[in-house]
Amino acid sequence: MANFEFVLPPAPTKNVPPSYGEQDLIRRSSSTVPPPGRQLTEVAKLIDVSKCIGCKACQAACLEWNDVRIPVGENVGVYDNPPDLTPNMFTVMRFTEWVNPQTQNLEWLIRKDGCMHCADPGCLKACPAPGAIVQYSNGIVDFDHEKCIGCGYCVKGCPFNIPRISRTEAQPKAYKCTLCSDRVAVGQGPACAKACPTHAIVFGTKDEMKKHAAERVQDLKSRGFANAGLYDPTGVGGTHVMYVLHHADQPELYAGLPKDPKISPLVELWKGAGKVVGLAAIVAFAAIGVVHHMVMGANRVSREDEERAKNLIKGQSA
Amino acid sequence: MTAYDVDPGDRVHPGDPVIVDRYTRAARANHWITAASLVLLALSGLALFAPSLYFLTALFGGGETTREIHPWIGVVLFLSFLGLFLRFWKANLWKAEDGTWLARLRDVLTAHEERLPDVGKYNAGQKVVFWSMSILIIVLIASGVLSWDQYFYQYTSVEQKRIAILVHDVAAIIIICVWIIHVYAAIWLRGTIGAMTRGQVTGGWAWRHHRKWLRELVSGRS
Repeated sequence: MANFEFVLPPAPTKNVPPSYGEQDLIRRSSSTVPPPGRQLTEVAKLIDVSKCIGCKACQAACLEWNDVRIPVGENVGVYDNPPDLTPNMFTVMRFTEWVNPQTQNLEWLIRKDGCMHCADPGCLKACPAPGAIVQYSNGIVDFDHEKCIGCGYCVKGCPFNIPRISRTEAQPKAYKCTLCSDRVAVGQGPACAKACPTHAIVFGTKDEMKKHAAERVQDLKSRGFANAGLYDPTGVGGTHVMYVLHHADQPELYAGLPKDPKISPLVELWKGAGKVVGLAAIVAFAAIGVVHHMVMGANRVSREDEERAKNLIKGQSA
Repeated sequence: MTAYDVDPGDRVHPGDPVIVDRYTRAARANHWITAASLVLLALSGLALFAPSLYFLTALFGGGETTREIHPWIGVVLFLSFLGLFLRFWKANLWKAEDGTWLARLRDVLTAHEERLPDVGKYNAGQKVVFWSMSILIIVLIASGVLSWDQYFYQYTSVEQKRIAILVHDVAAIIIICVWIIHVYAAIWLRGTIGAMTRGQVTGGWAWRHHRKWLRELVSGRS
């Protein structure tokens, strides 16, 4: 089975120094980074929706690795549990029941939702706190909670509605999937990929994952899914979490996966031209004031004005 | 008699120079609370608006406290400005001479007061500032509440919040520009700032800039 070629290595038994860090940042929110001295190989997680059985082992592994817990859930009438991403639950299986109009088959579409690690991350663009969101040259987008100010701008910047704000701590903080950056740095793959019993989640270099996806797509096509394809949306510059979809022509079927995700033009305007024009306007108004005062000088009340006022009162009382 | 633009407390005191009471103690306190709030809002807001100004968060104890305190100062500004609005709205109603005054803006800026019509307690420029501030503060408090995630997150969609933030930013930039006009006018026209510090101006100042108001005050004197 070709599926098992991406089995992740066993956990290291001795300390392994992280293979990348600060020096490999290519983007840093509200600040700049020096161009990194090297380019890390781009990594990607490939989620083959057609192989997912909805067991939620990925969710359990995610909670386990990140050492967080979620409260016991309530049945809200669907299998999604918890029903949405939370500040502790960075990934959620979203279940969709769909009757294929061509085959009349009931298809159970299960998509593992979570951060897509966009090449052009909207969260990072929107973030006002320097260094609270960073992007490594291997494609991983991560949050630095020491620097996060909990404003929630990342939520508005994200085209996939992923970050969640924790409001149970002393100060709110934004959370999302880190692509297990800490594990990747020591040669491991994400916890979810490690736990996935069907290898629906695999991890490797982005090129490897695209190649593997191409084989999977071909297989699906041969089995009647004519529109099978890879989801690696170009509107956000491609992603470092990709899906193999049986119906790649209709990604919306999969619990509203956006067909053509882009950073909202409102956010682009607010963080782009808006900032430049806004600050320029303020500076221009202040400068006009200074220039006007230099040209005109102070507008002083004259002695004559005071006399006129006195006369006005005299005239009145006379 | 009271003209639309004569407030209780506006009074002329004969002397050399003539002194005119323009703002009561309460009105001045109300003004300065509003002013302080607006300045603090501009500083904390700009800090989160422009990365180059993020260092301003240090004034408020860091990014987190800046994020936390900004909306509360907004509430103070809104309530404080509401007080100013109730005090000043009547004297800021638009009058026939205001159109003429505004049409001769060139003369205003070149200090040709002799070519301007006599105006009441406020000239058209001040009225434009007043009404701009009024409208912008309503826009800012409304869009601000919609993006105040700490308490109002669940009431709007992410897309609505994006619109709210953009509207908030645009309104904030405009109000800062209006504020610059307001402050500059007070500086350029010497003798103005005393109106908001001591509450008084000289008769000559009133004659030069608000002659109609001065005449009303003088003729109303019993």
